[in-house]
Amino acid sequence: MKILVCISNVPDTTTKITFTSNNTEFNTAGVQYILNPYDEIALSRAIELCEGGKGTVTVINVGEASTEPTIRKALAIGADDAVRINAAPRDAYFVAYQIAEYAKEQGFDMILAGRESIDHNGAQVPAMIAEFLDIPSISVIKKLDFDGSTATINREIEGGKEVVEVSAPFVASCAEGVAEWKIPNMRGIMSARTKPLQVIEAKNIDQLSAVEVYETPAPRSAVKMVDAADMTGLVNLLHTEAKVI
Amino acid sequence: MSVLVYVENVQGQFKKSAFEVVSYAKAIADQLNTNLVALSIGQTTNDELSNLGKYGASKVLNAGSLNAFDSQAYASVIAEASQKEGAEVVVMANSFSGKGLSPRVAVKLKAGLVAGAVELPQIAGGKFSVKKSAYSGKAFAQVSLSSAVKVIALNANAYQVKDGGSAASVADFQAANAVSKVKVKEVVRATDKISLPEAELVVSAGRGMKGPENWNLVENLADALGAATACSKPVSDAGWRPHEEHVGQTGIAVSPNLYIAIGISGAIQHLAGVSSSKTIVVINKDPEAPFFKVADYGIVGDAMEVLPKLTEAVKAYKGQS
Ligand SMILES: Cc1cc2nc3c(=O)[nH]c(=O)nc-3n(C[C@H](O)[C@H](O)[C@H](O)COP(=O)(O)OP(=O)(O)OC[C@H]3O[C@@H](n4cnc5c(N)ncnc54)[C@H](O)[C@@H]3O)c2cc1C
Repeated sequence: MKILVCISNVPDTTTKITFTSNNTEFNTAGVQYILNPYDEIALSRAIELCEGGKGTVTVINVGEASTEPTIRKALAIGADDAVRINAAPRDAYFVAYQIAEYAKEQGFDMILAGRESIDHNGAQVPAMIAEFLDIPSISVIKKLDFDGSTATINREIEGGKEVVEVSAPFVASCAEGVAEWKIPNMRGIMSARTKPLQVIEAKNIDQLSAVEVYETPAPRSAVKMVDAADMTGLVNLLHTEAKVI
Repeated sequence: MSVLVYVENVQGQFKKSAFEVVSYAKAIADQLNTNLVALSIGQTTNDELSNLGKYGASKVLNAGSLNAFDSQAYASVIAEASQKEGAEVVVMANSFSGKGLSPRVAVKLKAGLVAGAVELPQIAGGKFSVKKSAYSGKAFAQVSLSSAVKVIALNANAYQVKDGGSAASVADFQAANAVSKVKVKEVVRATDKISLPEAELVVSAGRGMKGPENWNLVENLADALGAATACSKPVSDAGWRPHEEHVGQTGIAVSPNLYIAIGISGAIQHLAGVSSSKTIVVINKDPEAPFFKVADYGIVGDAMEVLPKLTEAVKAYKGQS
């Protein structure tokens, strides 16, 4: 079995988000980068499925050389090898195209990714890859089993869940429940240094979208404290002032 | 030229989030001086379909024969309808299924995509840009699209439903090449529960509730309000509540009209997913809890005592109105 896991390099979840150059660029000063938490779930499940010599896990990232510590982290967690498409990601269309171009000749049984990246929250890349490859995709999955040819998947739907079956090859985007986050051990960290990391140049494709400007949410007005004994007062405020009930 | 909106039904019925996307798409059609065509996939009724006219659709296409959801098959129906109708903008919900669909439709149509839109597009001087949430609710990005066709997936609760139109005509739509490769084995719907991403009112609780045995207090308040329930990450990690309820940066992002946070400290990862809520009420026994800094209303007190009182007050209010 061959699994490809798409990983992205994102600001740590505690990052205070600010911008520079007239709010056109994300301010990277002092920002720690991590492996996107959802991608880590996908990676953990891929490693579980391949345990005991049942297959290999390749991770792929579209990014510049600065993302290599995150790629090494994925190798330390247990991926067998890695590919980096050498380009600054322009938009999801660009990223998905690069990954699809790499994957199309490789015979992967499945391509996994996180539900979304926590920076752009586009949740676009996995389904775009599937469309480029003309294979099925299942978004926001909570459980994944694979018998070597067919996968049984729980996916989230509005107000419930659905159990679906799909034959390989397919793409799935993973949310919590698929696996627990794995913490790399010492052996993993040591071996990650020598695992293969292939760097490939990006292919050309039109750019269809671009961020013009960022903004941060307007600050909230000061909190109004309500006495814990006066819940009727709170309900009144919610009705007459906030007008939400 | 036209605007096409894909409208999702839940067991044959259209819900509020469907009316939100139709209203939003109608406003875009007005901006572009063109008509709005709605597309429905899967079994529903003629009444449900023609009723979409009330929200601005001038025509409704019904691809009723395809049933079980498969993003690949649905995307080809949407792309085909868009091409037939000469749609310049294709709109859908950024729901769980929308997240699987909009990227596929965008690739098929070689269209730029804004997923997670929160406002109407700005269209001027040949430029087309849409505001979306980014960095897990910590920021917004204005994204410009340069392609001929544009796809927009709208966040729930981001646009007000506008009605006032009249019934629309309904036409059958047969897509040529929609083959489903995904087999749906089972559908489990919690029919008595309000869907969290779409909920207008959310009652959410954290580790301050001490244990799952106290959740009846949270549920009683949610029932009294008609609200969905949610929780912080450690609560679902501990198995006190299901993962589907976990909100925040690594859970579901919500933007209800009212978010009540009970016994939640207000960690940055939690706030990321809830800070775009219109009104935030925080109940915490620690007056220094960081959540109070982003709250509209704050109550310092023990949740075990405050919750029953608040539930009673809500019931009393509902009783008289
Ligand atoms: C990578 C990463 C991602 C994360 N993603 C998320 C996420 O998506 N969502 C999320 O929620 N968290 C997330 N977290 C965890 C986050 O950092 C916090 O640990 C978590 O939100 C805290 O949950 P809590 O507020 O329920 O618990 P605590 O921080 O323990 O807070 C409990 C609160 O309850 C109050 N309290 C105690 N007893 C009472 C009482 N009787 N009455 C009233 N109040 C009381 C306390 O004063 C305290 O403020 C993430 C962390 C990491 C590292």
